[in-house]
This record gives sequence, structure tokens and C-alpha cells, in this order.
Amino acid sequence: MSSKIIIGQYVPSNSVIHRLDPRVKLVTVFLFVIFVFFANNTLSYGWLSVFAITSALLTKINLKYIIRGLTPIWFLVIFTFLLHLFVTHEGQILFQIFGLPIYSGALIQGGAISLRFFLLILMTSLMTLTTTPIEITDAIELLLHPLKKIKFPVHELALMMSISLRFIPTLMQETEKISKAQASRGVDFKTGPLKERIQAVVPLLIPLFVGAFKRAEELAMAMEARGYQGGEGRTKLRELSIRRLDWSAMLVFLVVIIGLFLFRQ
Amino acid sequence: MSTSQIEFHRVSFRYSDDQPWVLDDVSFTINKDEWVAIIGHNGSGKSTMAKLMNGLLMPDKGDIIVDGIKVTQKSIWEVRQKVGMVFQNPDNQFVGTTVRDDVAFGLENRGIKREQMLRRIEESLKAVRMSDYLLHEPHRLSGGQKQRVAIAGVLAIAPDVMILDEATSMLDPKGRKEILHTINEVKQLNKLNLITITHDLNEIIATDRVIVMNRGQVWLETTPRELFSDEQKLLEIGLDVPFVAKLANQLKDLAIEIKPQPLNQKELLDALWTLYFNK
Ligand SMILES: Nc1ncnc2c1ncn2[C@@H]1O[C@H](COP(=O)(O)OP(=O)(O)OP(=O)(O)O)[C@@H](O)[C@H]1O
Ligand SMILES: [Mg+2]
Repeated sequence: MSSKIIIGQYVPSNSVIHRLDPRVKLVTVFLFVIFVFFANNTLSYGWLSVFAITSALLTKINLKYIIRGLTPIWFLVIFTFLLHLFVTHEGQILFQIFGLPIYSGALIQGGAISLRFFLLILMTSLMTLTTTPIEITDAIELLLHPLKKIKFPVHELALMMSISLRFIPTLMQETEKISKAQASRGVDFKTGPLKERIQAVVPLLIPLFVGAFKRAEELAMAMEARGYQGGEGRTKLRELSIRRLDWSAMLVFLVVIIGLFLFRQ
Repeated sequence: MSTSQIEFHRVSFRYSDDQPWVLDDVSFTINKDEWVAIIGHNGSGKSTMAKLMNGLLMPDKGDIIVDGIKVTQKSIWEVRQKVGMVFQNPDNQFVGTTVRDDVAFGLENRGIKREQMLRRIEESLKAVRMSDYLLHEPHRLSGGQKQRVAIAGVLAIAPDVMILDEATSMLDPKGRKEILHTINEVKQLNKLNLITITHDLNEIIATDRVIVMNRGQVWLETTPRELFSDEQKLLEIGLDVPFVAKLANQLKDLAIEIKPQPLNQKELLDALWTLYFNK
């Protein structure tokens, strides 16, 4: 895969963060996303940044790699900052750019919001960088398990997710094969007006869809032949267990949250 | 205990009421421990037969008995415990995200305990020589390797019968050889009924018996040896005999009698040596 975007790409390693139970990671990131909005001064932002950066360091993944991977997000972060810079009119005027006044409040607010944005993205991508998609699926299945009581199809949802994960690379390979076949017949996806390019993609999508449906049918047949009959009475090979490491991580996170509420105004 | 493993009693089947019969009054018996090949032209109903054997389809007329159990909606889970199946397309039967998860799938479905699962996965992957690939994802495996994993998935549930429905037809010659080798090894290690469905007559050489299908009916039941000696008959239904058999038959045409009909190069060579020394 040539893409440099790392969001959602697992990097294998054996770091502390990698070894954490995916449920713990999922819940922590989820709570972090909420609690970021409680930060409201330098101290509380600083405190959360220390936590996020320490976590990033603990993954043992090259920091440069993480930062570079966030490139498309940098653009958004900077855009948010600039937007606030010119739109907010609070505090006193510091200086002027191209005749537009820049207020001190704008500088602070722009900084805060883009920092918040950056922290959110950093934490969520740390999660996907250190957790395999199948672990995330298992975690979601277990976390949603109580919803079974209200007939929510938890097992089916998880199976669907894991089968999609299983077939993404296969379908990518197939797309490449078809697009090469079409290109060899002179179809051009890469240049020309947008309308023509969209038209060129149609003969790519149709065989892909037809192929996917055929696959789905055969897969269903194969699953049935192997004795699949729904989630009832099924056991699972992949197991998750909360260990001492996970308890410590949760404790640390609790301290971070308490600290946040002490430091904020 | 009876000696028959799978019995078809006057089975007819069609996919819907307005379509022609795909199987028309088919009867045969497959005995325990037998290795049977089913051959026949495209659309002769081989895959349909296979799907009837483990309840993926239900017959419209007649009965199918698997190990003394009649195949019905009620008994399909019991039947599927006894009959495992490997399909043609290596990609579309790989359910798990890794080799280990895929072999586990059938075991998970049967509610097997985790420790036992781990042991069975290890054993069956060893049997197909794929132990080194435990955590590989399917897109990092060749077609032949994927089919070996599929065979392991069937072995893991310890069935009495394994059906291979053109399991090698989408593989390159190397992958094909790999699978044939694996099947032979598996057959030697396990007490297992094998049913091989194929277009490639090289795959029937090692079998005990051949059922030839033609337009939804059993056209011939014979042994590979006899089948190969009647090249004309095979050509009638559009199948080509392997090179060794062809050579032997052509020698026969030149009045060089080779007996018995050789199945492989070694047998042909032995027969030729015998001929040479007897001259
Ligand atoms: N799902 C289906 N729905 C309707 N008709 C089908 C279906 N599957 C197969 N058929 C038809 O049933 C007949 C027998 O098909 P079957 O797949 O059993 O043949 P086969 O001997 O396995 O052929 P092949 O060598 O091509 O695999 C064919 O005429 C086919 O068109
Ligand atoms: Mg078929």
C-alpha cells in the first residue's frame, strides 16, 4: 500500500500500549475525546498534552512516523487556527496582517481549538496504530455484549466487521486487477475532465460489485458447510483478558482525569 | 454398523420448479474408507451432488443416507459433523482474518472448548504442513496454501467424509501438485472417506473407484484402471486421459500389449521392463 496516511494502520510492536487490552484502549480514548472538552486553561491543556505525548512515546513507534502520518490532519489543524485568527474579535488588537486586525483573544482561542483537535486525532490514531482491527472488533463485541438483552445483533455485527476486514485486501487486489485490465484496453482513470473520469470508473465498479456478490454467496455457502448457525452456542478462539497492566493503565487514566478537574478553572 | 457411508436412493433434484432436472434418478453407494472420484462434463451435476451430501441442498425426490442418518432439515447439523467440504475458490471459503482464526471457525461453530481448539488447530495445520503460517493473513498466502488451510479447517472438525469439489482447479500446476500431495498424506494418516470431484483425470489415479456423471445421471461406475483403458469412451463425454494412459493405449494399438493398464510412470516403466526381459 503506497498511502502515507497512517490513520487506521496497525504497526506491530510489543510495547506496553500494544499489550493493553483493546477494551481498555477503546474506552480510554472514548473518554479522552469527551474530557478534552473540559480543558479550559494552559495548565489543563498542558496536563492532557503531557498525557497524550507520553502515551505516544510509550508506543515505541517512531514519533516522526506518527507526525508525518498525520499530515492531512495538520492541514485541518492549521486551517482551524487561521479561521479563528481572523474571525474572533476578542481582547486587544495585537497587530495587523494585510490590513486585517489580529486580536489577542483570537490567538488564544485559535491555539486552544487547534490543540484540542490535534489531541483528539493523536489519541485516536494511537489507538489504531497499536491495536489490530480484529482486536478492535473483539473489543466492540464484548463491550456491546450487554445490548444483547435488548435483541441488538452484537455477534452478527462483529462477524460482519471481521469479514469486511478479511475481504478488504482481497477486494483491493481485485480492484487493481480489473483497473489494469481496463487500462490495457485504453481506459484512462487518471487524466481528463472529471466527467470522463467518472464514466471510466463505472466499468471498474460493475465487475467489482458482481464479483463481490458472487463471493458473498459462496462465502455464505462455505460458512454453512462448516457448521455456522449463528452466535448461539458458539465458543471463541480469541480471548481478551484484563490483567494487572490494564488495571494500572486505568488507574493512571483516573489520575489524569482527576488532575484535569483540579487544574481547570 | 453398516459398511456404507453415503447412499443415494433414486435422488432427483432441480433448482426450481420451472427448470430441468439437474439430477435425475441417481443411485449409488460409497463405502466406508473408500476413496471415490466423481467426474463428468460441466453442468453434469457434480457440485449439486456434493451439496446434497451435506444438506446444503435437499433432494426433491429420493433419499440420501449419510452414515445411517437420513439427510433432512432436522439432521443437517449432525450430517455436517460427518461431512466436510473443500470448495473450488480458495478465497471465498476463507472466513478468518488469519490462518489460525480460519481453522478455528468450524470448531467455534461447534462450541468446542478453547484449549481443545488450540490443540486441534495445531494438529490439523501440521497435517497439511502449514504450521509456520499460523498468524498469516489470507492475502499473504498463495492459492495452494489457502486450499491447504481449507483442508486443515475440515480436518480440525474430524469428519468421516471429506469432499473436494474441484479444489485444485483454480490453482497453478505447482499449487495443484501441493494439494494432491497433501490429500494423499492426509488420506494415509486419517481414516477418512475422500470424495474428489474433478475435471483433471490425473487426480483420479490414486482413487479406488470412479463415478462418471453425464447429464444428471450416473453414466458409469468403474475403477481408474478400467476407465483409462477405454479412451474412446472418455472422449465421448469430453474428457482426456492422462499422458501415461494415452501412451500405453497407443502402444497397445501397435500391438505392444501393456498389462495391467498403468496408472503412473512407474507402473508403465515396470511394464515396459517386463516386456523387454520377456522378449
Ligand atoms: N444455484 C443454481 N441455481 C440454478 N441452477 C443452477 C445452480 N447451480 C447450478 N445450476 C445448474 O445446475 C446444473 C448442474 O450444475 P453443477 O454445478 O452441479 O454442475 P457441475 O457438474 O458441478 O459442473 P462444473 O464442472 O462446471 O462444476 C447446471 O446446468 C447449472 O446451470
Ligand atoms: Mg462444479
